[in-house]
Amino acid sequence: MSALLELAHLSVTFDLPTGPVTAVKDVSLEVKAGETVALVGESGSGKSVTSTAIMRLLPELARIEGEIRFDGKTLTNLKDRDIRALRGNDIGMVFQEPMTSLNPMHRIERQIREVLEKHTDLRGNKARARVLELLKQVGIPEPERRIKSYPHELSGGQRQRVVIAMAIACEPKLLIADEPTTALDVTVQAQILELLGELQARYGLAILFITHDLNLVRHVADRVCVMQHGDLVEQGPTRDVFANPSHDYTRMLLAAEPDGVKAPVADDAPVVLDARDVHVRFTTKRHLFRPDETFEAVRGIDLRVRRGQTVGIVGESGSGKSTLGRALLRLLPSTGQIVFDEMALQPLDQKALRPLRKRLQVVFQDPFGSLSPRMTVGEIISEGLKVHFPELSRREREARVIEALGEVKLDPAMRARYPHEFSGGQRQRIAIARALVLKPEFLLLDEPTSALDRSVQVTVVNLLRELQKKHGLTYVFISHDLSVVRAMSDTVLVMKDGAVVEHGPSEAIFTAPRVDYTRKLIEASFIDRVA
Amino acid sequence: MLSYTLKRLAFAVPTLLVVITISFFLMRAAPGGPFDGERQLPPEIEANLKAAYHLDEPLPMQYLRYMGNLAQGDFGPSFKYKDFSVTELIMQGFPVSLEIGGLAIGLALLIGLPLGVIAALKRNSTIDYLVMSLALGGIAVPNFVIAPIMALVFGVLLGWLPAGGWNGGALPNLVLPVIALSIQQIAYIARMMRASMIETMGSHFIRTARAKGLSEVQVVLRHALRPSLLPVVSYLGPAIAAIVTGSVVIEQIFGIPGIGRYFVQGALNRDYTLVMGTVVFYGALIVLMNLLVDLLYSALDPQIRYND
Repeated sequence: MSALLELAHLSVTFDLPTGPVTAVKDVSLEVKAGETVALVGESGSGKSVTSTAIMRLLPELARIEGEIRFDGKTLTNLKDRDIRALRGNDIGMVFQEPMTSLNPMHRIERQIREVLEKHTDLRGNKARARVLELLKQVGIPEPERRIKSYPHELSGGQRQRVVIAMAIACEPKLLIADEPTTALDVTVQAQILELLGELQARYGLAILFITHDLNLVRHVADRVCVMQHGDLVEQGPTRDVFANPSHDYTRMLLAAEPDGVKAPVADDAPVVLDARDVHVRFTTKRHLFRPDETFEAVRGIDLRVRRGQTVGIVGESGSGKSTLGRALLRLLPSTGQIVFDEMALQPLDQKALRPLRKRLQVVFQDPFGSLSPRMTVGEIISEGLKVHFPELSRREREARVIEALGEVKLDPAMRARYPHEFSGGQRQRIAIARALVLKPEFLLLDEPTSALDRSVQVTVVNLLRELQKKHGLTYVFISHDLSVVRAMSDTVLVMKDGAVVEHGPSEAIFTAPRVDYTRKLIEASFIDRVA
Repeated sequence: MLSYTLKRLAFAVPTLLVVITISFFLMRAAPGGPFDGERQLPPEIEANLKAAYHLDEPLPMQYLRYMGNLAQGDFGPSFKYKDFSVTELIMQGFPVSLEIGGLAIGLALLIGLPLGVIAALKRNSTIDYLVMSLALGGIAVPNFVIAPIMALVFGVLLGWLPAGGWNGGALPNLVLPVIALSIQQIAYIARMMRASMIETMGSHFIRTARAKGLSEVQVVLRHALRPSLLPVVSYLGPAIAAIVTGSVVIEQIFGIPGIGRYFVQGALNRDYTLVMGTVVFYGALIVLMNLLVDLLYSALDPQIRYND
């Protein structure tokens, strides 16, 4: 069968004021009708630029060379009007950002109808019926009610379903899905993938699936194309590429799964943090004369960490895992007992807590937002020293900063630079150095690897393990990413709706989960295939 | 929505009370009084005058008396325009200022919004640079410079339009003051609209709209315009309140009998009641406009809903 979509020597160059930057270099690939081709690569590899180029949705300063052929037409020299007739009609597109891809000001019905009215003759009640049918097809519950909703009234997964409904509304031949599940919880991801599979079977859709997640590729794609720095370095049937990768980069990506398990800690190691029956309640003031509304985000959780141990906390977004972490460090008010190194934390006020803060440190998820952009890396790292070790001289502080940067394997000479000059992985190392410089005993790691590419994740995980061993650190590790948790933790807490549904030794949880919810999480994250 | 509106109106009362109290005492703290003129009044006449207006009472008494009258909707008599009450002065001048100001705002929206949209869509083009330089000029040049030049050129030299006067609000008399008043607003609105339009056009749902196959015109009209209007709307509230209560400069230059001049003349003459009246009026208008803006916001953006 001839190819539905064919890219021939496609190059994309951005003519920036600072000079041309070539994001995609001489890429040739094809997608046949009814098949799924995965375009894989890490951030900056050019995979999204490639997919956007097909729809000619790139900004004006992008220059396309080579040819894009679709269904017998050469897209690269179509008139604007003709390419618009294809968009949303023969080619549908699903994006990475379900939260912001829909117009927040229009109801769902209007947004889906818009595609139908643009490309078909459906109007009025017929169009409405088709919208309802589409919503049913993508698995939106109560379509008659939801059709009147605004995007903000839907969950992330539901919004992504609406985007998919829009993309398939005109029964396209090709669906371009750019990281369609990256922003979603694993169980929702599994549902969306299943939905795409169903739609493919029903309509004979070809899917170009853009992702950074090799686990997904193995699960969904017939063929895979691997991109690195704008080059297509390898392509072939998924099974062959996974079994027998020919390019170093592919091998590196495949190896980039955090592996191994954590060496156990003696059972009689001293308990560092002991929490009993922790509750966190949020209250929203409603009205002068109406009772306030209380939401219990954490419902009675017990947790005990011994020196050198890592407790992993897993759960989907909204399960209360980050809230629990913050409550443990008294960054949020809570009830229940929290004992750190035989000291009860709850009775202490913030001032009394301050001397303890250097021993209890935290690293957050967002390596871009959590470092002050106006401070140099050296200032960021040494700020805590000034507060907690005022007796240190400038020179001593400097020495500690250099030592901390060395520990996270960054060049100490970089300390005069600002955060924006660093990559995501480097910034996360800076955040870790900022915590480490105070020589803490306990580190709360809240999704420290979630914003990073897989290969970078592995290096951060390895670094954290190494530091733990070297300094006898105790971790509470929060993540929705089960493979990372597995590689890091001694024991694991599985949270759902603010409560623990299962807890136990890490291996036991992953190899023999007792609770359905845990089993579902593990299945949805394809972790079984990795092990 | 209704109970939200009522609640907001109820909250306006303490706000206004604070405004009134502060301005009352500030006004009295300023040196001089309403009857200090170039010609010294004989002491007994001045004493009589003061007694007639209760200015001989202790300040707290005067304050309570003023608040009591105000509660009954009585702004008191003007000290300077002795035959008029403050209410009469405001009711005479406000319709004039409202007409000029309303037209100016309308004109500003009519010109400013499209200019901003065009500049945003043609970002970094000649049109964009032209619009933005003009806007910068409009902001930089104060209207007390523009207004006399316009009066001179179009009124005196070319003789196309009357250089001043109200003439019962005849159309030719409106043109120059309305334009002079709107120039700065056009500039502000165009700049704001451009900035927010550029932001909207970069958002994900605009990309989605393009991926549906919509033309650029449809993308702009259906998807980009409404969210881009939000910042302009929140600017408009206080701006409208300020403009319809009259521009001292414009009214002075074109000889328009609006209430703008009362603000300044009242203060200079220590016409206590007139100043207080205009302050209360302006304050109430600001509160009202801000409420309207918030209500309009929720009409424009479904993510904003006011529950009780």
